[in-house]
Amino acid sequence: MKVVILQFPGTNCEYDTQHAFEKLGATTEIIWHKSESIPSDTNLLVVAGGFSYGDYLRSGAIARFSPVMKAVIEYANNGGKVLGICNGFQVLTEAGLLPGALKRNNNLHFISKYHHLSVVNNDNDFLKELACGDVVNIPIAHHDGNYFINDDGLKEIEANKQVLLRYTDENGKVKNPNGSVESIAGVCNKDKNVFGLMPHPERAMESLLGSDDGVAMLQGFFK
Amino acid sequence: MTTAIVNVSLKAGVLDSQGKAVHHALDSLNFKSVNDVRIGKQIILKLETDDKTKAMVEVEKMCEEILANTVIEDYEIELV
Repeated sequence: MKVVILQFPGTNCEYDTQHAFEKLGATTEIIWHKSESIPSDTNLLVVAGGFSYGDYLRSGAIARFSPVMKAVIEYANNGGKVLGICNGFQVLTEAGLLPGALKRNNNLHFISKYHHLSVVNNDNDFLKELACGDVVNIPIAHHDGNYFINDDGLKEIEANKQVLLRYTDENGKVKNPNGSVESIAGVCNKDKNVFGLMPHPERAMESLLGSDDGVAMLQGFFK
Repeated sequence: MTTAIVNVSLKAGVLDSQGKAVHHALDSLNFKSVNDVRIGKQIILKLETDDKTKAMVEVEKMCEEILANTVIEDYEIELV
C-alpha cells in the first residue's frame, strides 16, 4: 500500500497523516505541489490539512491551481482513490472533484475540539470497516467547515449515498457544530473514489491521546 | 488601461453569518433602521487593455475560474 501525501505552502498535517498511514503499514511519500506528476505506484492520494496559501481568497481556492492539481484531477478521473482531509476537502471542492463548498462556520469561531460523527453510508472504500450508524470520536479544527450544497445537489448526493458522515452527539443524535447543511461532515463523489471530510482521522490514532477511532476509518483503504 | 472592480458576495439564500453578526452589532448600537446586512469582498484589477468589451469577457472568465466560487457566491463586475 503506497500512500502519497500532497504538500502545499501552508499545509501542516502532512507529517501526522504520514505517521497515521505508516502506523497502519503503508509506505508513504510526501510530494511538493510543484510536482507535475504522481508516482505511478500510488494506491491512495491524500490532500492533507492545513492552510494552503494562507487561505487567501477562499480556503483551497489557490491551491486548486497548483501544478500538481492537474495530475490529481487526471488521477481521480481515471478512478484513483483520493482523500481530502480538512483543507484537503476544501481544495477538492474548489477543484470540482467533490460537490458543494465550505463556508465560514456559522458562529464565526475557529472550532478545535473532539466531535462525534455518525457513519451515514459505508458502501465505499473509505468507511467499509464501519457500520452505518456507528459513532466515532474525531477531532475537528476548522474555521471554514460549514458545508453548503443547494437543495437539488443535496437530493442528488443523498440519493447516490454520497453523504459519508454527519456531526452528532455520542448517541448518534444530530449535533451541528458549524452550520453545515444536514450536519454533513464528509462526502464522496458519484463514482465513490474521491472522499472529503472536515474532521481529522489522522489525529485519532492513539487512545492514549484521546481517541483511536481514526484507525477503523483509515483502515478501510487497506482492505 | 481599464480598471475592473469585482464585488463578490454570498448568493441570496446562502446564510451570511458575518453579515448577521454585523447586523446584531448595529442593532445593539441603536441603528434600528437596518433591515439586512450582507458582507462581500472587493477585488480591484488593473488591466492592460483599453477595450472594455474584451476586458469584460476576460474578467468574467476570471470570476468563473477563480475569483468567485459560484457554488455559493455571486459576482458583479464594474469597469472604470
